[in-house]
Amino acid sequence: MLIKGKVWKFGDNIDTDAIIPARYLTTSDPQELAAHCMEDADPDFVKKMAKGDIILAGENFGCGSSREHAPIAIKAAGVPCVVAKSFARIFYRNAFNMGLPIFESGELFDAVREGEEIIVDSTRGTITVSGLGKTFRINPIPPFMEELIADGGLMQHIAKKRRK
Amino acid sequence: MGNTITEKILMAHAGLKKIQPGQLINAKVDIALGNDVTAPIAINEFIKAGGEKVFNKNKIALVLDHFTPNKDINSAQQCKKVREFALRQKITHFYEGGSVGVEHALLPEKGIVLPGDLVIGADSHTCTYGALGAFSTGVGSTDLAAAMLTGEIWLKVPASVKFILFGKLQKWVSGKDLILHMIGRIGVDGALYRAMEFTGETVEKLSMADRLTIANMAIEAGAKNGIFAADRVTEAYIRSRAKRPYKIYSSDPDAVYAEVIEIDAAKIEPQVAFPHLPSNVKGISKVGRVKIDQSLIGSCTNGRIEDLRVAAEILKNRKAAPHVRLIVVPATPDIYRQALKEGLLEIFLKAGAVISPPSCGACLGGHLGILAEGEKAVATTNRNFVGRMGHPKSEVYLASPAVAAASAVLGRIASPEEL
Repeated sequence: MLIKGKVWKFGDNIDTDAIIPARYLTTSDPQELAAHCMEDADPDFVKKMAKGDIILAGENFGCGSSREHAPIAIKAAGVPCVVAKSFARIFYRNAFNMGLPIFESGELFDAVREGEEIIVDSTRGTITVSGLGKTFRINPIPPFMEELIADGGLMQHIAKKRRK
Repeated sequence: MGNTITEKILMAHAGLKKIQPGQLINAKVDIALGNDVTAPIAINEFIKAGGEKVFNKNKIALVLDHFTPNKDINSAQQCKKVREFALRQKITHFYEGGSVGVEHALLPEKGIVLPGDLVIGADSHTCTYGALGAFSTGVGSTDLAAAMLTGEIWLKVPASVKFILFGKLQKWVSGKDLILHMIGRIGVDGALYRAMEFTGETVEKLSMADRLTIANMAIEAGAKNGIFAADRVTEAYIRSRAKRPYKIYSSDPDAVYAEVIEIDAAKIEPQVAFPHLPSNVKGISKVGRVKIDQSLIGSCTNGRIEDLRVAAEILKNRKAAPHVRLIVVPATPDIYRQALKEGLLEIFLKAGAVISPPSCGACLGGHLGILAEGEKAVATTNRNFVGRMGHPKSEVYLASPAVAAASAVLGRIASPEEL
């Protein structure tokens, strides 16, 4: 899987209340959630970003609540993947289960400026900064996980397997 | 080589004879929990995957506690969806209306979760049940959907960190202060992906309420679960509540820990976590002057009868400062009834408190106690992230019921010693 996009940078410990504030949890509609994506971290994020842009963050991204609304909001906003120095564990599970690929890189964050373009190659396990021509290693996504993401998430994947 | 409690419970539920941290296992689930925010998504996913019947109607708990009593039409719709599913599937542990309590106070109280269980819940504070000697962890809605369908979940076995607490606690120091201190010490990702095992002479003397408070906040250090060895205190708590067999596990003397942290609990004073991270902790003597607009006593962390007793002891014959909104949330109907019987509610009313129905509403900024721009609250809850209890420019300070009660009276964050 190849993902190319401009990065928006966020700091450490971006929690799920910042990704999608609880006041919007009276719905699980992806588009309604997407309209408030990252609102308490950057109120203008949804206005500024374009479909295909990538979120790049520091340590412990997605800490806090178990709300799956967080990866749903990010995915529905058109963000194809998140790269962070590290992820909180429930968010990590939820993201893959929702079909939102996420990647850990300790080095990328400091090497790239906001707005720069990166290319993520999840099969080979690399992230390239287009401007720098520099490449960073990430853990590749195993084939079964690529298939799960391509199917749109865990349950769609299970449903497809049950139909076979 | 021995194993920790966490490893033993996971081993038993995965049907394995050997286990080690990092290993991926498929394990059987004793209880799977969802609420009015997370269950609707799980139900959609359950149906999308072709699910018709849940794996076991006695092993699922659905608790409508977040945006209830229904806050608006959307939240009413969400509750309706869960209610219809629960009735159709004949779910035994379905709670709403007058039977509902804050889930993590309710499930232990009703004996639904027991020592040795493997519990998953689509709520991050599901780690609370580790206080009973269960393996218990928060997951997302999709994991809940898969568990409701199959009765199983995939898990990565966490390495364990052992906390050894010793020393006699100072007056007004509670489980809340101990866990805030520990989070302050290791940071909000200090136990990322790990199990926090709480041991030592101080822990052995803690009440069940204090243990539940400590395990509740393990997630705030990034942990997968928090756990206590079940002992006489645990057995006394569950004796009248358990309706099915349970199993008590303890860690082997030669169990392997990723880290061992010793804490002299006698040195800990009441703790306050400043905005906007639970790890941003200061001792009460170093707080300075922080004027407050609201004091919230309640939640899955500190809404139990023991918490209300401490608050009432301080609020008796006193009044909340004129500009402070004091909100008390008994966490379950039984706690509410007990507080009424003991005259605690009378004390709160005389102190000028609003007594809320059992609900998670205020803690997560949903309803029943929202903060305006620039307002500050002291709260006995578990998170003080940006916007957690309302406006993104409001502030939440986490503390014990004793500190929250004293702060309400003095109108600023304060120790009961100052009264």
